Amino acid sequence: MVARFLFEVMDYQFIVNSIPLYVKAMELTLILSFWGILFSIVLGCICAMVDYFKIPVLKTVVKVYVEISRNTPLLIQLFFLYYGLTQFGVRLEGETCAIIGLTFLGGSYMAEALRSGLDAVHKTQVESGLSIGLTNWQLMRYIILPQACAVAVPSFAANVIFLLKETSVVSAIALADLMFVAKDLIGMYYRTSEALLMLVVAYLIILLPISILFSYLEGRLRQHGLGSGNI
Amino acid sequence: MDSALVIFEGANLTRLLGGLLVSLRIAFLAVLFSLVGGVLFGILMNSKNTVVKVLCRVFLESVRIIPQLVWLFIFYFEMTKVFHIHIDAEVASIIVFSLWGTAEMGDLVRGAISSLPQHQRESGFALGLTKIQLYHYVILPQAVRRLLPPAINLVTRMIKTTSLVVLIGVIEVLKIGQQVIEISIFSAPNAAFWVYGFIFFLYFIVCWPVSLMAKWLENYWASKGV
Amino acid sequence: MVSDKVLLEVKHLQKSFGDKTIFKDLSLTVRQGEVIVLVGPSGCGKSTFLRCLNGLEDYEHGEVFLDGKAIPGEQKSWYQVRQKIGMVFQSYDLFPHMTVLDNILLGPLKVQKRTKEEVLQQAQNLLERVGLWDRRNDYPSQLSGGQKQRIAIVRALCMNPEIMLFDEVTASLDPEMVREVLDVMLELAKAGMTMIIVTHEMNFAKAVADRVIFLDDGGIVEENTAEQFFTTPKTERAKKFLDIFNFKE
Repeated sequence: MVARFLFEVMDYQFIVNSIPLYVKAMELTLILSFWGILFSIVLGCICAMVDYFKIPVLKTVVKVYVEISRNTPLLIQLFFLYYGLTQFGVRLEGETCAIIGLTFLGGSYMAEALRSGLDAVHKTQVESGLSIGLTNWQLMRYIILPQACAVAVPSFAANVIFLLKETSVVSAIALADLMFVAKDLIGMYYRTSEALLMLVVAYLIILLPISILFSYLEGRLRQHGLGSGNI
Repeated sequence: MDSALVIFEGANLTRLLGGLLVSLRIAFLAVLFSLVGGVLFGILMNSKNTVVKVLCRVFLESVRIIPQLVWLFIFYFEMTKVFHIHIDAEVASIIVFSLWGTAEMGDLVRGAISSLPQHQRESGFALGLTKIQLYHYVILPQAVRRLLPPAINLVTRMIKTTSLVVLIGVIEVLKIGQQVIEISIFSAPNAAFWVYGFIFFLYFIVCWPVSLMAKWLENYWASKGV
Repeated sequence: MVSDKVLLEVKHLQKSFGDKTIFKDLSLTVRQGEVIVLVGPSGCGKSTFLRCLNGLEDYEHGEVFLDGKAIPGEQKSWYQVRQKIGMVFQSYDLFPHMTVLDNILLGPLKVQKRTKEEVLQQAQNLLERVGLWDRRNDYPSQLSGGQKQRIAIVRALCMNPEIMLFDEVTASLDPEMVREVLDVMLELAKAGMTMIIVTHEMNFAKAVADRVIFLDDGGIVEENTAEQFFTTPKTERAKKFLDIFNFKE
């Protein structure tokens, strides 16, 4: 059946013809993911630091944000931003919405990853850093952060892949990403098998190398006795 | 501000909540199947047979690496075509989320069992426990404690992911929200803000207690030193 | 060896955790070149006392003077003071993500802003003295406990401290490694380093100490020379304490 499927049902001319569409869509998916993930990391770092240094007021703000972000779906966040806010004159481009949405979602996940890393750095490491006269800032930079990041790598990697996958939702706010192109082709030509095969291949091209790179990194870190695998 | 009232107009609130129920029904059934499937899959993943292990790994990684939305499309459109049976979008959703949940839950179960140190087993045997007693009194209670918090978090993720089913045409809370907005486009021009805001709130109200429970359990057991 | 110059002076120190008083009205004078060993039962506050001297614990009352200057209690001033007071911990606490050499260079380069050539020269001297120069590019996870602890001592020494604090540095070592660490400390003492040592190694204490201080119940019970403390202790409590260790000659 698989052979019949591959050699008789599939229209390879159609696949070849649609490659440029997918390449273009992949570009958009990657651009959105890049900015979304970058801002997520920045936001996550800020939140983790606020939490670590127990900065009053901001600490509560971060807590509320994390709970909201982690307990609502990206799709609904996007609908609210894209369709809901426009009603009040806040007109956001689809791309901007997608990046804001991804950042809003990813920030809390990145914060959580870094927080667990910070927690894993033993108190005695801090004391031993203090005992050679390091200031708080030096302590963070040379002792705590490098170790915390190493511990956070597995959950950090999982979050990057998670966010890349989440971008598939942005087609719902009319952005021409991979999912959108596949839907379009299905709608126009009813070539579902070809369109979906290309979709899967496109995601594999993006996600497989990243996934392999991260497991390699994780292995390297563990060799130095840094970082422990997460659950 | 008047637009806010659109939620409470006529049957709108009942319809929206009914839509939420559809999402929750999908989530509930998928979680149920995932729990059963996940425990079995987790035990299978701990098997010493290399072939079984590799097959399990392939299943887990392929489910993980492709976005859930893509899986939904594949099941909804391809199943119809390949097997010439039309499956309902809701059924397709339940199948996809169950498979995904089984894979993720299985990995959690595998992790919980294999993370127990060998000496726990050995000291159990040293006390003269039989294998069943060992599992009953030593292994399972500890494994469950490690497993429950992440498993509950997975449930939250599954509930959130059900929001995707609207994209393959299931009539659930978001779809009904869209309908409400369309109907009241003239009477309440700002409806989108309030309706989507309300759905946002609904998801939060459902997921938040579940997340809190996971956190509470984690802290509770941590304070007891396990 | 011990000069008349007072290096460190502690006056009426008091510390408690919650309602539990760890010690009260603790005073101590340390002269340059002097080696003081603190002994006492578990939980008598020896370690806490050392940690107070390095600003790792706050204290409620009392004052600490270094070189005749009072150390203000605020956290900020401790950064300066800690460069002059070296401390070595029970759990070594090398930084696991840095090589041996980077561990040692961190403080002198980043805190004291010294030049790399000069610090490297000093690090080489010190590492050669403890026999670990050839391990300079290893990571801590590749070293034994005894090696790690010797590196931790070098790391503290490389800051050119005026006084060194040792907090049960051999307590988590395997017996065969205790010796290599104690030898380094004995050599340091001979070279004239001022040291305050908390230890349970009574033979070592006897060999290294100029003065032994016996702490119990939140205060100094006995202060004596090493020779007299271990042979003819003045107080009953010290006698009982030494009996537990079976230290009688």
